[in-house]
Amino acid sequence: MFGLNTECVLSDPQEYLELEDYAGRVSRWCPGCGDNGILAAVQRLCRDEQLPLEKTVFVSGIGCAARFPHYVSTYGFHGLHGRALPTAQGVKIRRPDLNVFVNMGDGDCCSIGTAHWIHAVRMNFHMVAMLHDNNIYGLTKKQVSPTTPKGWKTNTTPGGAYLNPINPVSATLGITNVSFVAQVVEWIPELLFDVIRRAYHHKGFAFIRILQRCPHFMPTGFQSLLADPNNLMLLRHDNGMKVSDDLARVYKTHEDHDPSDMNNARRLADLEDKVPIGIFYQNESIPCYDEIRRPQKMPIWQQREQLLTKSFDRFGIAQGADA
Amino acid sequence: MSPTQEAGTIQRVDQHIVEIISDSGEGAQTAGQMFGTVSAQMGNSVWTVEIIPAEVEPPARSTAGASGNRIRLGSFPITNAGNHTDIVLALNEQVLKGREAAGEFKKNAIIILENVWASSKVPGVAKAYTSTVADLRAKGYRVYEVPMEEECLKHTDNPKRGKNMFILGILCRVYSRELAYARKAIAAKFKKKGQPVIDANVKLLEAGFEYAGGHLDFRFDVTPMESTEPQVVMNGNTAIALGVVASGMDVCAMYPITPATSASHYLSEIFDECGGVVHQAEDEIAAAAFAIGASYAGKCAVTITSGPGMALKTELMGLAVMGEVPLVLVNVQRGGPSTGLPTKVEQGDLLAALFGTHGDAPKIIMAPATIEDCFYSIITARKIAETFRTLVIVLSDANLATGQQMFPRPKFKKEWLAPPIDQSPVDPSHPPFDWDEKTGLSQRHIPGQPGGMYALTGLAHDRESHVAYEPGINQQGCRYRSLKLAAFQKTLKTPKVHGDPEGDLLIVGWGSTKGSIEEAVDTMSSKGHKVSSLHLTFLQPMASGIKEIMQKFKQVVTVEINYSDDPNDELIDDDNRRYSNLCLLLRARYLVDVDCWSHVHGQPIKPEEVEQMIERRLGAR
Repeated sequence: MFGLNTECVLSDPQEYLELEDYAGRVSRWCPGCGDNGILAAVQRLCRDEQLPLEKTVFVSGIGCAARFPHYVSTYGFHGLHGRALPTAQGVKIRRPDLNVFVNMGDGDCCSIGTAHWIHAVRMNFHMVAMLHDNNIYGLTKKQVSPTTPKGWKTNTTPGGAYLNPINPVSATLGITNVSFVAQVVEWIPELLFDVIRRAYHHKGFAFIRILQRCPHFMPTGFQSLLADPNNLMLLRHDNGMKVSDDLARVYKTHEDHDPSDMNNARRLADLEDKVPIGIFYQNESIPCYDEIRRPQKMPIWQQREQLLTKSFDRFGIAQGADA
Repeated sequence: MSPTQEAGTIQRVDQHIVEIISDSGEGAQTAGQMFGTVSAQMGNSVWTVEIIPAEVEPPARSTAGASGNRIRLGSFPITNAGNHTDIVLALNEQVLKGREAAGEFKKNAIIILENVWASSKVPGVAKAYTSTVADLRAKGYRVYEVPMEEECLKHTDNPKRGKNMFILGILCRVYSRELAYARKAIAAKFKKKGQPVIDANVKLLEAGFEYAGGHLDFRFDVTPMESTEPQVVMNGNTAIALGVVASGMDVCAMYPITPATSASHYLSEIFDECGGVVHQAEDEIAAAAFAIGASYAGKCAVTITSGPGMALKTELMGLAVMGEVPLVLVNVQRGGPSTGLPTKVEQGDLLAALFGTHGDAPKIIMAPATIEDCFYSIITARKIAETFRTLVIVLSDANLATGQQMFPRPKFKKEWLAPPIDQSPVDPSHPPFDWDEKTGLSQRHIPGQPGGMYALTGLAHDRESHVAYEPGINQQGCRYRSLKLAAFQKTLKTPKVHGDPEGDLLIVGWGSTKGSIEEAVDTMSSKGHKVSSLHLTFLQPMASGIKEIMQKFKQVVTVEINYSDDPNDELIDDDNRRYSNLCLLLRARYLVDVDCWSHVHGQPIKPEEVEQMIERRLGAR
């Protein structure tokens, strides 16, 4: 693992970490912003799993969602618009011992970072990628996003969005090597937490699309889902999520869906009248890039010396030697 | 083997340039490399240059499709590709034409030409062949028409794939090379294909050797060079790959781009053996992000690219600077702008490296001047990047990338490698950007270190890595990042002048032109001109003392392979003249009247061209 003695930091049993131990800076998200709910769910996951602060990294791009690493007390990398995934992969290839989470907005993931998203699914690094999808560009103040519903008015589409939106769940399900795909909404904390927890325990690249409200620029964006909970469809299965009785009473539309069933997952992802939430697909047998490509040898300097000697022999000129 | 007839006398020369050219796929490159290796084993210094067509498989018998190798051999250390070709071996007349037209051949060069085309039934081919041969002879070239195919057919069914070994045999006879070395080279090359293939190739080699003995009336002998140290011979890209291994870096992220890609080929072959990984990312941007992610999480990583790739990486270069993540970026420059001249040499990216990133992004820029430098510069770059928490750009070019040169076999030092990563707990009161007031330097926190947690950001930030909302913080951050360059600059030694420390003309160069410039300076000094040269390894920051050096000369001229306006053009005057990269930089930094001489022919600068320039400026004596 690239010369890092990862054992040395696993010292004595640590103190139990409370929720506030995972709190970073005070959030500057707008009041009512759905990102706050995602942050709370993630912090709860960290606490429940007792993730060591120093062994956890949140990697993000640019945008409102990308401020996430500043609001947790672990390590973080707040980089460039669209580039969170390859950066996180670089972290993970060197340090498979770290818990790596990626926070992206809809522009980040589905527009400027599309190539990285497709290839991240294909490479299947072991990490959790959260798409904070509010259907609008927030930080740059209300421009159309690749997930903005057709017809919605934004500052760059005053006459209404011209195109049909990308469906990030369908798109991800169509990519080779897809390993884990889920969709959830930020305003049902119990489900949100459960999906993130399952993603965390999944071995491979776990992609979660989280529908998330933007009170400022998309205040009515998810109105129909909030007003009538039956527009949401809970996916439940013994292999997938179990839904509590309380939730089942509020959200009456359910479907029994086995996440190993890709065909049904794709059918559900393409539904137009309902928004399914839960785990669409899960397959842990896909090889992870960080396992395939990670060199199996602990680097020691003698290996480098041997390798260089071998190479210099190969390129060496034995002048005047017996041929 | 005893030749049927020993012809011609042996002419002693201290250097010669040989060119082997063919359609692509006919093996001229292999034959050329082998001849270079055999010559080196016989004690000559060598510099080989690949002749590469722009397409993978260009149409046969086309002027632009010339593929091959150019080998300069000598009895003294050869530092550059030299001037004009003495002997050309060509498998058809068309591949000759472009090289000839570009003035690559000596006036009375010997051309050894496959003559199968003279009897071709394909309409126009025979005519094209005979008229070209007549034309070449009229120009004064000594053309020897050799029935290569006919001769090869005596030993193989497929002369198309064996002619290159026949040529190698001819060359071995012309230069009195021991066939044993060539046999060994063939055995090594075709080891994987088995003994029958090796035997067939050796047979063709011997046939060529025998043929030349009986039919060619010229022989040359390049005196061996005295050398005491063991030598290696490789191209610059292989040297870069080995430099990556020797530097202790273990993540290389890249995206294929000519002429940088081959640096990752050899690395891909060997890196696993020492715990390293070559990651071919989905694009140049991802490659840079991947390298930065890996650097952030431990040791410095490297990304290898060429001009257009560096352009795509510029935003991430800024992130490496802002986040103070060590990163080595190797740019094997090619001709530009846009996709430019992918297989040809140019040095046009210096200013792009310096200023290409938006905002104020101070970074360190260095350029290897030789193939040996390609190896050592990566080791140095990694060290600087980690010590100063910054981006180091290494500017190589196509000339170094594909040229093969001999240099003393490096002796491994443990200090080359990156030290183990400090994972000990950090005092929580110690901020992640604990900038030293005087130097801007600070200690890096690496994920895994308890107590060191912080969120790195590409936004302007304070010492705690908190986003800067208060005015003044950005000014401070910029100051500290800039101070690091000054702190680094204090460690640089003044470069040495090649030649007298004062005189009429100083030529300043950087990168791969060093050999040509110094050879020209030596030649012209020996003719009585007061000319010297200065070669810069660090382009940003620059070492102290350069201004003082320049002031001791009446004229200063930079020599570069990038564009500059010709002051003789009608529209060009002092107000609008665009200078070549280094020239502009020297003028801006030192307020001295530096002039420049440059071209963008896509070819290495020849010593002769520099000599002519010196003569024009100083006048013949």
